[in-house]
Amino acid sequence: MQTPAPFDYERATSLDGALATLDRLGSDARVIAGGHSLLPMMKLRLAKPAALVDINELHELEYIREQAGQIRIGALTRHVDLQKSDLLARHFPLFRDAENVIADPPVRNRGTIGGSLCQADAAEDLSAVCSAAKAQVVIQATGGARVVDMADFHVGPYTTAVAAGEILAEIRLPLRPGGGSAHEKVERRAGDWAIAAASAVLWMDGGRISEAGIALSSVGLTTIHLSRAEGLLRGKEAAPELFAEAGEVASADCSPMPDGRGAVDYKRHLAGVLTMRALSRAAARAIDQEA
Amino acid sequence: MAVVEERPIGFGRLKRKEDERFIRGKGNYLDDIELPGMVHGAVLRSPYAHAKIVSIDTSRALAHPNVAAVVTAKDLETLGLAWMPTISYDTQAVLAGDKVRFQGQEVAFVIATDEYSANDALELIDVEYEPLPVVVNARKALDPDAPLIRDDKADQVDNTASPTWEAGDESTTDKAFAEADTVVSRDIIYPRCHPAPLETCGIIADFNPETGQLDIYNGNQAPHAHRTVYAHVAGLAEHMIRIKTGDIGGGFGNKVPVYPGYVCAIAGSIVAGVPVKWVENRSENLMSTGFARDYVMHAEMCSKDGKIAGLRVDVIADHGAFDSTAQPTKFPAGFFHIVCGSYDLDAAHVKVKAVYSNKAPGGVAYRCSFRVTEAVYLVERMVDALAMEMKVDPIDLRMRSFIAPEQFPYETTTGWTYDSGNYAETMRVAMDMAGYEDLRREQAEKRARGGLMGIGVSFFTEGVGAGPRKHMDILGLAMNDGADLRVHPSGKATVSISAQTQGQGHQTTFAQIVAEELGIPPEDVDVRYGDTDQTPYGLGTYGSRSTPVSGGAVAVVSRKVRDKARMIAATMLETSPDDLTWEKGRWYVKGDPEKGAMIEEIAKRAYSGEPMPEGLEGGLDGQTIYDPPNLTYPYGAYIAVVDIDPDTAEVRVRRFIAVDDCGVRINPMVVDGQIHGGLAEGIGIALMEVLTFDDEGNCLNSSFMDYLIPTALETPDFELGQTVTPCPHHPLGAKGVGESPNVGSPPAIVNAVIDALHETHGVDHLDMPCTPARVWAAMQGRPEPPQ
Amino acid sequence: MNVSMTVNGEQVSRDIEPRQLLVHFIRETLGLKGTHWGCDTSNCGACVVLMDGKPVKSCTVLAAMCEGHEIRTVESLEMNGRLDPIQQGFHEKHGLQCGFCTPGMLMTGRALLDENPDPSEQEIRTAISGAICRCTGYKNIVAAVRWAAENSETARSADRSPIGRAPEHDYGQEV
Repeated sequence: MQTPAPFDYERATSLDGALATLDRLGSDARVIAGGHSLLPMMKLRLAKPAALVDINELHELEYIREQAGQIRIGALTRHVDLQKSDLLARHFPLFRDAENVIADPPVRNRGTIGGSLCQADAAEDLSAVCSAAKAQVVIQATGGARVVDMADFHVGPYTTAVAAGEILAEIRLPLRPGGGSAHEKVERRAGDWAIAAASAVLWMDGGRISEAGIALSSVGLTTIHLSRAEGLLRGKEAAPELFAEAGEVASADCSPMPDGRGAVDYKRHLAGVLTMRALSRAAARAIDQEA
Repeated sequence: MAVVEERPIGFGRLKRKEDERFIRGKGNYLDDIELPGMVHGAVLRSPYAHAKIVSIDTSRALAHPNVAAVVTAKDLETLGLAWMPTISYDTQAVLAGDKVRFQGQEVAFVIATDEYSANDALELIDVEYEPLPVVVNARKALDPDAPLIRDDKADQVDNTASPTWEAGDESTTDKAFAEADTVVSRDIIYPRCHPAPLETCGIIADFNPETGQLDIYNGNQAPHAHRTVYAHVAGLAEHMIRIKTGDIGGGFGNKVPVYPGYVCAIAGSIVAGVPVKWVENRSENLMSTGFARDYVMHAEMCSKDGKIAGLRVDVIADHGAFDSTAQPTKFPAGFFHIVCGSYDLDAAHVKVKAVYSNKAPGGVAYRCSFRVTEAVYLVERMVDALAMEMKVDPIDLRMRSFIAPEQFPYETTTGWTYDSGNYAETMRVAMDMAGYEDLRREQAEKRARGGLMGIGVSFFTEGVGAGPRKHMDILGLAMNDGADLRVHPSGKATVSISAQTQGQGHQTTFAQIVAEELGIPPEDVDVRYGDTDQTPYGLGTYGSRSTPVSGGAVAVVSRKVRDKARMIAATMLETSPDDLTWEKGRWYVKGDPEKGAMIEEIAKRAYSGEPMPEGLEGGLDGQTIYDPPNLTYPYGAYIAVVDIDPDTAEVRVRRFIAVDDCGVRINPMVVDGQIHGGLAEGIGIALMEVLTFDDEGNCLNSSFMDYLIPTALETPDFELGQTVTPCPHHPLGAKGVGESPNVGSPPAIVNAVIDALHETHGVDHLDMPCTPARVWAAMQGRPEPPQ
Repeated sequence: MNVSMTVNGEQVSRDIEPRQLLVHFIRETLGLKGTHWGCDTSNCGACVVLMDGKPVKSCTVLAAMCEGHEIRTVESLEMNGRLDPIQQGFHEKHGLQCGFCTPGMLMTGRALLDENPDPSEQEIRTAISGAICRCTGYKNIVAAVRWAAENSETARSADRSPIGRAPEHDYGQEV
């Protein structure tokens, strides 16, 4: 079996301790949580951090709770807990949609939301989910914390706003009335990365869309945030024709690369189809909530 | 273990004897074995598909404290081991010396104290390469400007690996096409895929310098043949080589070849005098071990008076950088010329030419029955294409064209003699199970509402159980297999066979054969296999040959023992052997059933000092080498039902009905299990498994992240049926079956996909794998062949 | 560095390299060969063991991460010579052929039944979707888990307290 190169290892016992260790070890140290993105890369020798800071014991970062008009999720929360959370399913059902098709059950027992977001692979479903949900993230450093909008979190391929010496600590989702959401994904086989996936969150007032969040996975160098499609929907009545139009915008506004999963035209086509489907289901769920 | 209420003595659904160790986690697989003083090997592989090796610097690796040695081609040359012969009478580099010829080719072998250090050391070997132009497309391999891959061979002027091989008759076929009512032609590719057993390949070589004995532990489907090859390759004494295969985590043809890593480990052990273990990782397995298929085919089929009348096939076979395909010597294209399939065809002409390419060597693997998978895929796709052109139901065309029961034994126009068959009956059973008429109705209704549903049929006949010694040898070794049977004084028995299980249940099914023939309960029959010191010589398990050949041997040797038992019983009962009759486990006097002798009484007698019959030696055992008179020809009717999402083009296999006829079934539970597994593999091949390469020869599917294998969510609840048409020449009436599901299922699925899309989208052909992207492109009118 | 954890009910403590993967810790350091490996990229599931009762891919967990945690491997299923119903189900329903994926499937099945004693076919298929079998086509594995669901003792495996001790195993010298 392929095995990682040697590294130093420290196990964090507190968040402050983890931050202090990162400061001490410098930029060639990496935080590791579930490790299901980092360890495979290390086994293939594509990543060779000099040191790992294991944050798996920071249980204070594992939570999903309602607080101050938001749902707040600790960064160490495992995929399986996001999948099972009834609180999350009630307010943001797209999380369960996504988790049902993220990787596979044993991987979901270890992988974390923080790890997924920080990996910043364009194919990460949760990045699109959080982007569509208009999430904010809390980034901790030794000096204090700062809050960053999801729109500003993914800076480039595999690159986020988390700087050296910082740790992603929390994800915050806005709780507003009239919300409905869905995540739609097409993959070649269960557990695979998406060929394309669409996350949609709608906040509705009667039949009218007051706010929309739409994001795509796997069809660009990073998560695609469809602000133009969101603008198209804002203030309008939910209707199949409107969603079809949004789908066309989605097809046009993404930048898929050809690869083993599909050619460019197919991925663009999927982006459109899945955006439409996600919006339809999101609207139906929003209306159900109100009813 | 729990007691079974109904425990068959002989054939029947006997639960497996071998299960216990596996469910307790006590299997004995290659990587489980640890020997004192054992060291670990790792292989450095080429990142380039075609490049000159300018220099190899091993000094940094040698400086690693845990590294014992680094072996390169130069070192092997001094041992005469830098190149080795292949099963196809070609040569293959053990470690690349002059240049590398495929991505993943072996360049150096590191020996270290442990696996982690060996992997570290690979990064410390510096190789300078000079890249050369690459050819990965078989259709381009013979272009005038294609780079010459095998410049190591004196007479090699181009990338021909094996000259054109022909079967059938060209002029008869031309005539049939000239007179035909309908003619269709297709370009059909069977893409490169990989058997990918869950356990990768590996070896422990343990040479004892004091005794000269070489012990090899190796998951290996043909241990005796390997021993002979090693003796030849390494100049060792064959009788001083012992190969022990323990438990094997899947073979599927992947564990038939001799791999360079094996030779390196053996060389390492001979030189160092300690056991050397080498186990490949998954990317090595996918990139360098024996792949399957890679056949580029052009075919034409014609009909006359509503029946299939003629078939022409032209094949370019991509063998990779070295020709290491495994097949009997006289059949360089394997059994591909069984391509007339289940149909009564007088006119067929088949040509197969093999080429080299800058890809890993191989081609014959993955339950292919020596290229029968390619042949059946071709003919079953063409029958559907012809039915489409004739605008007739694909089952109707088959029924009208089948070989009729009274025509058996049937001589095909390409030289096979099919043993037995009643094809229409099997087809009807499948249709009933599927509810064929209802499915067609449902399809019409769905189509009217914009849904896409497909029904695909495949009816295969294959030939397995190689084979008769006058026709079939591998490297000059006849494809016969032996069985030694000893009944002990206690009346229990040991049967030693040369078949090699990789999960097929031999410890149970071969005990059942002895039980059936001798009446000794299966739990009292121990099946020995996998140790060349303890088993008779034979060519191993692949090509579904275990039941046809080794099963035949066990039946024959059991009958020899039973006949000897008869003679002894006659002496015991003081009567003539002709007065005795047999019921399972007992010889008794005809008309006087009380007067008899049970097999265990006869055994006790055979070893005692009591008089033996005139001319017979003591003991109760027998030995045979079985020479099958022919292959066996199992067949089946498969029906696949698929649904395709009209917007995303995702294909789901909703149902799969498989009706197999493999003659007499020793253990129906084991047979069904084999079918389930092969059907899942067929779904993989049809929908997602492929090894693709870019123009630089980079393998794009060299991990399980991109070489996709079906999970429990992609496989339906298979529906199995059976008919039983015994084999007339096999001692038990049984035929092989292990590969049938992989042979028959890909065409059924592809036929179903095309059936779903033909009327609405005009699709009349689509190559595998039918991934969503490829299906969508076909729906847009732009189907692409795979790389 | 040193790591201490509970494996099959027994406290173990060993010196390891930080980079040692849990699958190698189990197989090489502790000598428990029942857990297998089959790929490099966390896809095949041959290495699945239970960590605090949940299936994890031991090839993608560092042994170091298991400090203070509870690991169960296939060797822990039998107790005092008696097979767990999940093991018995695989035998009854021919849920294995070559046996290589079997330990991972058994642990996955065991954990599923501990959480959901009456799973549907679809729930079983989903639970094992992270593990590949090349031999069985999954049909009999599903049947095996169903057999175990229908034939378990009233007490679930998890309710056996204390955590059952696996049969005597020599975990080898502490290095």
